[in-house]
Order: sequence, then C-alpha cells, then structure tokens
Amino acid sequence: MTATAEPEIGKARLRKEDARLITGQTRWTDNLQLTGMLHMAVLRSPVAHARITNIDVSRATAMPGVAVVFTGEDFAAEQGSLPCAWPITEDMKSPAAPALAVDRVNFAGEAVALVIADSAYHAADALAEIDVDYDELPVVLDMEEALLDNDLVHEDIGTNKCATWIFDSAEAGSGTDVEDEISAAEVVVERTFRQQRLIPAFMEPRSVVVDSTAGMFTVWSATQIPHILRWMLSAVTGISESKLRVIAPDVGGGFGGKLQVTPEELLCLLVARRMNRPVKWTETRTESMLSAHHGRDQIQKITLAARRDGTVTGLKVELLADMGAYLRLVTPGVPILGAFMFNAIYKFAAYRFVCTNVFTNKVPTDAYRGAGRPEATFAIERMMDELAVELDMDPMKLRELNWIKHEEFPFTSVAGLTYDSGNYEAATARAMELFDYEALREEQARRRADGSAVQLGIGISTYTEMCGLAPSRVLGALRYGAGGWETASIRMLPTGKVEVITGTSPHGQGHETVWSQIVADKLGVPFEDVEVLHGDTATSHKGMDSYGSRSLAVGGTALVQAADKVLAKARTLAAHMMECDEADVEFASGSFSVRGTSTARSLGDVVLAAHVAHDLPEGMEPGMDADATYDPDNFSYPHGTHLCAAEVDTETGMVKIVRYVAVDDVGTVMNPLIVDGQVHGGLAQGIAQALYEEATHDEMGTLTSATFADYLLPCAADLPSFITDRTTTPATSNPLGAKGVGEAGTIASTPAVVNSVLDAVRHLGVRDIEMPMSPERVWTALQGRGDPGAGDVAAGGLGSIDAQGGQS
Amino acid sequence: MIPAEFKYLFPSSVDEAVRMLAEEGEDAKVLAGGQSLVPVLRMRLAAPTALIDLGGLTELTGVRDDGDSLLIGAMTTHYEVQRDHLVQDHALLLKLVTDTVADPQVRHRGTFGGALAHADPAGDLLAPALALDAVMVIAGPGGRREVPAAEFFVDYFTTALAPDEILVDVRVPKYTGWSAHYEKLNRVAQAWSIVAVAAAVQVRDGSIAAARVGLTNVGAGPVRAVDVESALVGQEASADVISAAALRASSGDSYKDNLARVLTGRALTAAVAG
Amino acid sequence: MHISVNVDGVTYADEVEPRLLLVHYLRERLGKTGTVVGCDTGNCGACTVHLDGHSVKSCSLFAVQANGHEVTTIEGLARDGKLHPVQHAFRQNHALQCGFCTPGMIMQAIDLLADEPDPDDETVRKGLEGNLCRCTGYQNIVRAVQDAAQSMKPGAGPEIERHSDSDVGTAAAKQPVGGE
Repeated sequence: MTATAEPEIGKARLRKEDARLITGQTRWTDNLQLTGMLHMAVLRSPVAHARITNIDVSRATAMPGVAVVFTGEDFAAEQGSLPCAWPITEDMKSPAAPALAVDRVNFAGEAVALVIADSAYHAADALAEIDVDYDELPVVLDMEEALLDNDLVHEDIGTNKCATWIFDSAEAGSGTDVEDEISAAEVVVERTFRQQRLIPAFMEPRSVVVDSTAGMFTVWSATQIPHILRWMLSAVTGISESKLRVIAPDVGGGFGGKLQVTPEELLCLLVARRMNRPVKWTETRTESMLSAHHGRDQIQKITLAARRDGTVTGLKVELLADMGAYLRLVTPGVPILGAFMFNAIYKFAAYRFVCTNVFTNKVPTDAYRGAGRPEATFAIERMMDELAVELDMDPMKLRELNWIKHEEFPFTSVAGLTYDSGNYEAATARAMELFDYEALREEQARRRADGSAVQLGIGISTYTEMCGLAPSRVLGALRYGAGGWETASIRMLPTGKVEVITGTSPHGQGHETVWSQIVADKLGVPFEDVEVLHGDTATSHKGMDSYGSRSLAVGGTALVQAADKVLAKARTLAAHMMECDEADVEFASGSFSVRGTSTARSLGDVVLAAHVAHDLPEGMEPGMDADATYDPDNFSYPHGTHLCAAEVDTETGMVKIVRYVAVDDVGTVMNPLIVDGQVHGGLAQGIAQALYEEATHDEMGTLTSATFADYLLPCAADLPSFITDRTTTPATSNPLGAKGVGEAGTIASTPAVVNSVLDAVRHLGVRDIEMPMSPERVWTALQGRGDPGAGDVAAGGLGSIDAQGGQS
Repeated sequence: MIPAEFKYLFPSSVDEAVRMLAEEGEDAKVLAGGQSLVPVLRMRLAAPTALIDLGGLTELTGVRDDGDSLLIGAMTTHYEVQRDHLVQDHALLLKLVTDTVADPQVRHRGTFGGALAHADPAGDLLAPALALDAVMVIAGPGGRREVPAAEFFVDYFTTALAPDEILVDVRVPKYTGWSAHYEKLNRVAQAWSIVAVAAAVQVRDGSIAAARVGLTNVGAGPVRAVDVESALVGQEASADVISAAALRASSGDSYKDNLARVLTGRALTAAVAG
Repeated sequence: MHISVNVDGVTYADEVEPRLLLVHYLRERLGKTGTVVGCDTGNCGACTVHLDGHSVKSCSLFAVQANGHEVTTIEGLARDGKLHPVQHAFRQNHALQCGFCTPGMIMQAIDLLADEPDPDDETVRKGLEGNLCRCTGYQNIVRAVQDAAQSMKPGAGPEIERHSDSDVGTAAAKQPVGGE
C-alpha cells in the first residue's frame, strides 16, 4: 500500500465500471444461458377490464418446443398477492394482486398465461395459439369519474377510492390553519395542473433468470432492489430467504422503474420450482411499456394565498393520484413523498395537503425518477409564476421575497421537516450570472415589441427536494413497511487490497468508482486497490438498495462508519505492535505512527498482523473486517436554481430550448464528473416530461403509446447543451456532507421549461398549456382554443401499418 | 419481439424475383431494405408466408443518367441517394429530403424504392416523388410498365403495385439548376413528420419560372400543392408572392392545415434563397 | 438456411432459421452479448453494429441478410488490449452511465466520424438520431464524439481508424480496424 497523494473525494475519477461497458464485456441478465434453460413468454390481456371466461391452451401446448402452458388457475393456490409495502392509511383499500390473472383482468397488459418452451422463438410462436375468451366489463379510466363509483375496477372492495391521506399544518402544530390564511388573503391564486402519466423507459428491458438447481433458488433480475426482492419473494412464496439468492448483475438503468417486485419475477420463480429447470424471461419493449409500472399521473388543485406585497401565506394542495389497477410495491406512497415538498423553499404560514388515491383500469403506477417530488416542485414553481403574474412582479424577486434565507438554516418547514443546510441566494446568483438574465429579458421585450413570430420566454425553478431515503423512524410513522438504513462492510485482505460490500445496488450511478474513492481516502489506500461488491445477496446479505437519491447519503455514510471501525481496530493493533499507548497513535496517508517519533506501521502491515494473528492484544479477534449499518436522522435537501430560455414558434407551436442553466447544491461532491452526468440525465428526463413524453390510452383503455415510435423519448438532436454549475453547502446530517443528486435534475427542470414556454406566450393570452407541451397544444392554445391532446405522434406509425401492401 | 416463420427466397435477377412472387402467391412479400418491414414482422402485425429478398439484385442499385431523366434503382439505399452526384445536380430536392429520412442506420439499409412502395403517408419520399413527377417502373409477369407517381400512390400504405409486381426503377425528370428545400416538423427527431413540405423552384432573373410543391402527411397519400405552384409561376420571387401562394396550400383551420400553409411558405422561402 | 458471416474477424458458418434476427444470431449463437436489444421498432439503436463498414440496426435485419458479409460489433473494436479511440473517448468523457446504449452509441459514433471527421455539436447530435440514451442527457456523449474526432485526426473512417494507445504502457504501432 502506498499513500494517496491527493484526496480522492472531490476528484473527477474516471469510472471503474466503464472498462467492461465500452467493450461489450457486460453481464446483462438476458446474456445468461444455463444448461437446460427454458424460456418463458407471457400472454397479456388485450382488454383493460374483463372476466376471463375460458382459456384454451390445447393448440399452444402442441406447438413445437413447448414444454407447458400455464394459466392463472395453475398458480392460484401458490402465487399469493404481489406485495404493497406502503399501506399509507389504516383503512387503505388494497386489492389482491395476482401475478397471473385468474378470472379477471384489470388492465390491458396484465399477464394471463405463460408459455414455457425450449427457445424464446418457440415460446413467442405458441403465444399466438392461446385462445382466451373475455367477457368485457366497463372500463374506468378517468380519475374524477372513477370517484363516482359508477363502475368499479375491483367489485370486491366496493369503491375506486383507495385512500385519502392528509397533512395539515394546524393539526400538526407546524403552522396555522390554511383556510384562515385563504380567507384573510389579499390575493388567492387557484390553479389545476395535470401531471401526465409517464413511462420510466429504462433502456435495458427487464429480464429474469431463475435457477432452481443446487438446492436453492438463484434469481438474476434486472432490478434496482435485489435485497427487497429477496425478502418479498420469500414472503410471498414461503421459500426461506436462506434458500433464495438474488443477483442484480449489470442493470441497464432503472429510474424507479426497476424498484419493483414484478409479476414476472415471481412467476419465473414459481415456474422454476414447478419445472425444476432454469427459466428465463426477457421482456420486449412493448411488454415493458404495457406492464412495467408507470409514473406520475396526478391532477393537482392548488390554492395559494398571499399578500399584495408578495408574501405567501397559505398553500392548499388537493391531489388525485392514479394508482392504476393494483398497488405495487410503493404505489400508494409515491404522492406522499411529495406531500412535504409543495411548500418547497418558501416560508408559508399554513399548509394543507390532501391526496386521494384512485384505482383505474390502467397499468399500476409507482416510483419514477423523483417519485412525488417532481409533482410537488412542478406545482409550487408554476404557482409562484402565476402569483408573480397576478401581482405583476418579477418572478425571481417574488421567490427571493419568500424563500428561506441562508442564515435561517436549520429551518423547520411548515410541513414539519428540518432543512439542515442550504443557500438559495448563492445558487440563484450564480445561475442568474451564467444565464445572463437581464440580457434575455431585454431580448424578450424586443421580440414582444416586434411581434416576432418566434417569441422568447424565461422559466425559473428554484427547487429543493428531500432525498437520502430515509430515517427509519420517519418511514415507520408514515406506515412504510421497511426501514431506510443502509449497510456496508469492509474486508481488509491480507495482501493489502480492500473489498467493499455495499447494500446499495447501482444500475448506472457509478458506485464502484465513488465507493472506492471514499474508502481510498478514509484508509489511505490506492483507489485501484479497492474492489466494490454489490447486487448479490450471497455476498451482500443485507441492504436496502438504490432509489430516492439515497445511495451516497445513506450507503456512503455506512461505508464511512465501516472504515472508521476498521481504523479503530487497526489503531489498537498498531499501538500494540509499536508498543505505545493507543492515544499516541496517529493515522495519516495509510500509515500509523507514534506521535513525535519515527516509529510507524503501514495499514497493510497492521492488516497482515491481524490476519496472521500471531501476536494480537488480549481479546482481539483475528482479521480486520468491519460492518456498519447507518440509519439517517434526517433526509437531505439538495436545492438549486434552474433557468430555462425557450423560443416558441407561434406559427407552428414548436418549442426550442435555447439556453438552460442548472446550478445545483447537492452538498459535498465526491466526483464532479459523475455529479454532472447525473444532472444532465435528470434534466433530459424532466425536459421530456415538459415537452415530449406521455402515456396515452384510447377509450377502451388500450395503451396507444406502447412503442418507442409512439412514446417519444428525446434523442441527442432534441436536447440542448446544458450549462451546469454548483454551489456547495455541505449537508450537516451526514459525515460526507452529501445530499444526493440522482433526482434533482428531473425534479427541477420540468417547471423551468413549462414556465419558460408560458412566459413566451402569456402576453398573447395563453394562461396554461398541458404537458407534454406539444407543438399542437401550444399552437391551439395560441388560437384561444381548448386543449386538443398532444396530437398524433406518429401518423402512419407502426400501429396503423397495413402490412399487406407494398414492399419495404 | 420475434417474427413468425416464413420461407426465405433470394432471387438473383428481377425475372426470377417476379417468378417467385407469382409462385408464392398473395401472402408473399418483397423484402427490400426491411427497415419498416422487419419491425412490422417482429410486432407480428404481418405474417407473410414467404419473403423475397431483393438484396442480391445489384441491377436495382445505383442512379443512372438516362438523358432527360435519372433512373434511380429501387434498391438504391438512402445513403447512396444522399451521396449521389447525379441526384445532387439534377434532383436536389430528393437529396435534401433523403437527408431527413429516419436516422443514419436506417439510411444505410433502407431503400428508395422500398420507401415508395411502402407508401406510408408520413414517409418523406412520397411528396417529392409526386411533386417531381417521378414515374415508377414496375416489373410483373407481363413485363414492365410505367406508372406516374400521381397514379402510383392510391391510399394509406397502398400503391398501384399488383401483388405479383415489383418496383424496379424510379424515373425522375431532371431538374438541373433548380433550388429546393424540405421543411419538416416533427415532435422529436425520431418521430414521423406531423406535416412536411417539399419544394423545388426554378428561378430565372428574379422570377419563378417553375415550381413544384408536395405535402407530406396531410392525407392518405402525398398531396401536390398545384394551387400553390400556379400562384408562383411567372411571378417575382418575392416574399409577398410566396406568402400569398403558401396560403393556398390548405384552406381548413385545423392544426395540420395551418402547418401546411406555414411550412409551405418556409419551404419556398428557403428554396428561393437557394 | 446455411450462412457464412465474418464477425469481428472470424468467419462463422451456420445453419439458421430465416427469421432469426441478426442480433439474436450474434447474441445467442455466437455469444456476442456485447450487442443488445432495447426495443422492437428500430428506434433505440442499442443493437447497432457495422455491416460491411456501415452502421445498421441488427434488430432490423435477418441473419440470412448478412450472409457473405462482414459484421463488426462492439466486441471487435479493441485490438491487442487497446481501445478504439471512440471507446477511449467515451470513458474519458463519462459518456455512459448504465452502459446499455453504449455499444450501439459507440458503433454509430464511429460510423458518424467516418463521414464527418470533424463534426460540430449539431452534426454529432443529428448523427446520433437513431440512438436513444436514458441516462446521460447526451451531453457527454456529444463531447466524447468530438473528443474522439480530435484524437483521430488527420482524417477518419473505416480505412484509417486507429486505436488509442493511451490505455497501455507501451505505444505500439497503430493498427487499422479489421473486419470493416
């Protein structure tokens, strides 16, 4: 071991992960080929709501290569119900969620039958030969109509209302009564916004392989949550956790979309158990769109009370949140994650949040990048712009008037959270400078005066969010079914190399690199000597996995604590080896020394001594390993200021982002390269919600955006170059000072873009435009007409191809 | 997703291909570049019994000079069209439109003839083929026949090709010295056009001697904006003339009607500017 | 049907079903799992390989259509432990996160640089229109491609593609890419 010359933390280290990813030496779940492996294909319901009256599998079973065809009846006795870990209220309605439909289907895309065959090709062929008779039922799609309970998604629970969850600052004692503030207000602004349904659209389709040989079940899955998956699979099937090993190998993105215990994971396990053969399932993109959980989908009614001078006083939030047809792992809790964030960085006296969760005959919703917080940030940042218009104030001045000043931290919000640190003034000042706000305002005024066909708008988003999920006691208070701690182990190997085991489960975030940097710094070992193991419950037996921008703030802290334990033991042993008092031992750059002397032992020497155990202090165990589990006291609160300048072509409705500045304060940065990358990707997804993406259904409940030809992900040519910078106020809630960066870009950017578009056309009489702000929507709004929908995304796309004609 | 089984045939001449098509019957399909067809087969939106792959027919690739016109082989890839000097010199509009077809990978495989025969109303090449008075050279059991673009595009994904016929060449009159522009509006780069306008103009001494304007994705097939053309011919190549002419691209008040007018104006303005 | 295909410099002779997609042939028959499938419609570009030196989407091609042709995949780029300059630039510029789109993105970037040896920002973005990435927002991908262009000067393209020697201690003679 040699000392590291400069601190690893903060260094733009190139990623360890990349070597295999850029050469194709990857281990995606779908790459696995096991001897005797069977392939599973899933027949999915083409209808959104129906009774299954008959399934005829005889022709399919007779197809070449088909081992067996299973229907829901085959697993009805053992499949149980897919878990929902977040019963947000005591009286929440939670319908049974079979992995394989037995006698009813509740959304188009629900699994109805399984073909098990010797190849994926044969399995696909047999799917076409299964005959299912559906007795169709009324389809419930619209949330407001659903609440009338005229037609029910689940007859057995008697209502489409899942639960109502309320926070009230007067009741909580964290503020005054919002109705009092509204009655007393000089200005009241009321708006309704729609958060369209989105699809996470990770690039790697989900895949599961289950091997039942060797006396246990090994489950490989493209999942964000191998540990939770193992627990839940055990809970549902009764297979002991000790007989279940879950491996998340290379996982190609998640964004919350792989934070799930999926029907297919459970079914592969059940099939492998039934068949005693390895089984693989890999979804097609269309299957992914039709059955992997969706995100967002809320109607937000917001009432904001303020004084004429611009001081905000009260905020009332009334939400409807679409659960879809079933409650998946954290479905009902997603809007609750936003409940504490609508008040954002502003000092409201009163706050009330009421969310009603609603069942519809659609794909279940669940976590998608930001999960609840993008919705909250969107609503409040849109409202601040609306208030600014109402008061004829500069929207940034209005925000400044109301935000928490840097000297006021720690600050307890009206929603009851304690923001530990932040400096909104600093981030905003930097963003305004990079953006050249005044010059753009002048350009905007010029174009307005000229009546230019291409108008310019400026959108602001001064956001904060809560991440670093999560203090277990808070999760308990919110009735979440698990804790929010994280764990790490450090194994000092006799050659001096270091093995790190983490309970986090990266799928693109670069934990192998950053965890190595942290350990290298703490232990004074070379970055290259640290190996990070993750995503396999056999090596990492305990963990809460990766989501909610938690991995660094929580898992990184566990790692720091494990390193401290290693050093504490090593210090004791070093003192023993150097025959000195432990209080006289100093540690620096990977070496212990006796204060004031030249006597020293490298950490490697101490580790070897611990390993050979020839001469240890009385009572010391051999070896130099340490485990630590960290449960945070608080969330962390990244914040920042995003500014968007967009051109709106008033003749076509086309929006073009011409400048985008993001200044984020994500606390202390471990690796600026990775932080910038996370921000860029987050921005792309947030911008895409504003302008491009939307899961759409026809009146029968069929998803009409079920391919990438119809669900519009932006490509490189659709996005601008982003200008990013950072300000830093370290988090005080963890020793790394880290706040989290995985979701910030997505949370912040959507309202910045929407505000910019509206700012460009507001003087032409436009008050609001629904997301995604397609050119047709923008143009229609400019004509003073009602919302037309986003319009055809692909007139003449695949869905409408008459495949009989022509050559192609 | 995985296509259903089919019989694969690889003819080595057009005659053999035509014979195979006749033998295999109506459920056979011709495979050109496959950039639309293969996804359709993967989605099982079609399940032809046989695919007749024209990939071996080198006689159908390339652009030839045929006096007053160019002959573009049906199997010429978009990539080849983009880079062909004859196209550049005599049918600039086609080059500019082809530059925008799909993406680079698709342009490497997708073919000029395949795109026309597929007849997707949102496909980029239909409108310029119509506007430029292209003529389809079709081979069938009875020999060859020529069909003007105006008669070739029948309906959504439907052409004048009989089930036993193959598009082999496209004859495009030369528009030497014309300037052109393709104005396309789509929600993201990968999406089909909402509306697009292909315009070619011949400007002599500041006035418009001739004009061709085709509209993409405003109906079941490409639309030739003849009213726009006639409003231009013989007029000064000025902004006012173009604005007035563009208003004749469409008369309705829908979004697409609006786009037809706006994009026609922009396409013509850019074309005139050269 | 019997086919003979040269993949990453090795000639394979195989009996395949006509409907076998090229990407499945590469992944499941030849074990070339570096090339991946991300969608059903040819939109995502994750499956991009080179066919006779030009980028194609291997999910929109049957293996039989590659009969007699040369295919280069992400696994055929690095030679003698030396990364292709574009691979190198992707790493240097943090142009990947989850890495699933990366093989296709790199293969398309190489193709783009063959046609446009010194592309500006817009040219790179348009040249990558057929490839989707959900992690990076494309910013660092664009940077990586431009960076690679600089390191591949003078000129670029199938004939003169050279490998980066910055990842090895000894600067070996630069070699052209084979199999294109």
